[in-house]
Amino acid sequence: MLRVIVRRLLQLVVTLIALSALIFVWLRNLPGGPVDALLGERATPETRALLTKALGYDQPILVQYGKFMQRILTGDFGNSIRTGDPVTEVISRAFPATVELALTAMLIAVGLGVPLGYLAARWRGRLLDHLTVVGTLLGVSIPIFFLGYLLKDVFTQNIHWFPPSGRVSIGLDNTNITGFFVLDSLLTREFDATADALWHLILPAFTLATIPLAVIVRMTRASVLDVLNEDYVRTAEAKGLRQRTVRGRHILRNALLPVVTTIGLQTGALLSGAVLTEKVYNWGGLGTLITDSITGSRDYPILQALILLSALVFVVVNLVVDLSYAFIDPRVRVR
Amino acid sequence: MSLLDVRDLSVVFQRRGERPFNAVDKVSFTVEPGQTVGLVGESGCGKSVTSLAIMGLLPKRGNKVSGEVLFDGADLLKLRPGDMRDRRGRDIGMIFQDPLSSLNPVIPIGVQVAEVLERHQGRDRKQALREARDLLDAVGIPDPQRRLSEYPHQISGGMRQRALIAIALACKPRLLIADEPTTALDVTIQAQILTLLKQLVDESGTALIMITHDLGVVAGLCDTVNVLYGGKVIERARRHELFAHARHPYTHGLLNSVPRLDSPRGERLHAIRGSVADNIPWTEGCAFAPRCDNVVDACLEGPPPLEPTATGGDLRCNNPVSEEVAAR
Repeated sequence: MLRVIVRRLLQLVVTLIALSALIFVWLRNLPGGPVDALLGERATPETRALLTKALGYDQPILVQYGKFMQRILTGDFGNSIRTGDPVTEVISRAFPATVELALTAMLIAVGLGVPLGYLAARWRGRLLDHLTVVGTLLGVSIPIFFLGYLLKDVFTQNIHWFPPSGRVSIGLDNTNITGFFVLDSLLTREFDATADALWHLILPAFTLATIPLAVIVRMTRASVLDVLNEDYVRTAEAKGLRQRTVRGRHILRNALLPVVTTIGLQTGALLSGAVLTEKVYNWGGLGTLITDSITGSRDYPILQALILLSALVFVVVNLVVDLSYAFIDPRVRVR
Repeated sequence: MSLLDVRDLSVVFQRRGERPFNAVDKVSFTVEPGQTVGLVGESGCGKSVTSLAIMGLLPKRGNKVSGEVLFDGADLLKLRPGDMRDRRGRDIGMIFQDPLSSLNPVIPIGVQVAEVLERHQGRDRKQALREARDLLDAVGIPDPQRRLSEYPHQISGGMRQRALIAIALACKPRLLIADEPTTALDVTIQAQILTLLKQLVDESGTALIMITHDLGVVAGLCDTVNVLYGGKVIERARRHELFAHARHPYTHGLLNSVPRLDSPRGERLHAIRGSVADNIPWTEGCAFAPRCDNVVDACLEGPPPLEPTATGGDLRCNNPVSEEVAAR
């Protein structure tokens, strides 16, 4: 097991190095750039040359890349072009916001998705099943930005159930320890802040949860239907086991194996949804940071680090899923 | 009173938009305490459906079960689902055809045996596992302590079927239903499993319903044999009677199609012509008529009745194989 983890982590390093080169070249070949963005259209060629030189973009790309990699090894991802703050600092400010949003979304997706999928399978062909099938189809097909604005309009403008944007109410004096607002306020026992943070969290989290929720419901439903016909379920019934035992121990446990894979893949894919959701709800996380860094200033250092970080998260989540499989399914040997 | 008295059991499968299919058609038979009864027939004759109907394990939707299944005088078909759950595994055990798919792949063998003891005998997990180990030992699984924590994919096919037998017999049921328990196993393992079943059934006095298409299994095990065709019992006889002189042309044909060590070399094996697909519905005559060598006009005029024979069995045939031919 340990050998597998080490090998997978080494593979991860190779992947990240290759990816970093790709991003580096690709970003610099996009039309526009930090110099144009910072100086605007009417800057003189002289100022441009000066800024280009100051940022080091006048050097050959290989040299630039070499310097970039050299600094990364010491943990230095450079400074934001727009604000001048160190990239690591900018990202670690935004990171908890996105993680909080994504985790809540996954909690909603799994917590609702698995029971719904199970019930739909058990009551196959009845009303709940039909509603679920239609609902999940809508869930995967409605674009997040559309659904986001729709929910926002209904729940914050028409009926004022939720706040329209942000992570906390303005003027609320909450202590910041980890950057996870819900967790922080619990740690400091500022329960009014917990309620406030949760209140802000609900709409964005639901918006972000729709796609994984729909996928998990469908996967669970299909998987339970498969397992219901298995011989070992008949054996369990022939033993006269209580319905609760048959369902929990024999049906659900087996049915959830493929669902775990789905949950992993959806978690990895969550970041792309987070970009849109954060934009809609003005959520100060990585998604907002990505859009701002592209549209505002072509902030190369920030973008490079963000893309590498997303890749890292994706690969690590998948590694965790693969390894967890070995624990929940005795037939799987991790190689 | 018989331990199990099945009376006019019928199972009709009905799917929306399809013609109803009469899988089991007024089947009646009895099982005495400690007796071994065979249900014999080819695929699709209704033998497995009969056993699932007795156990109450048919899918809840899409079928209609009628008739009576009296176990100790109580009609199992009229029991509430919860009461039937109490009886399954405790009063009636069942073994299935494919031992690999019949065991849960992600639960250790020990727990799969223990949970039936926990359910019906009120044991806690620790005690149930101890008894499970003894049960695995009793069905001839080597190193039972180690097997408790192993998973189905880690043990051999024969051992899996032994584990399923241990599960079915854990609560010492009075009736065991074995649905083709050896079909998925190698020939050498088949013999071992049958010997084991016979030994366990004899020791515990458990009655056994043996469902099989294999006449060899019948010959070694059963006291009484019911031959099913197209969902009906067509011949019933004591084992020796059946093998000595099967009267129904179908049973006779089946016995003749078994290769024999003492038959002359070069003799061709007998085959029953046609296939189940040629059957006519029982309402129009004898379902076997289109494949039968002895067919007479009466066979196509309505279903022949099941009538007692001189040797104490029952027979559903207008023109049975004569005693002399049958005895050959």
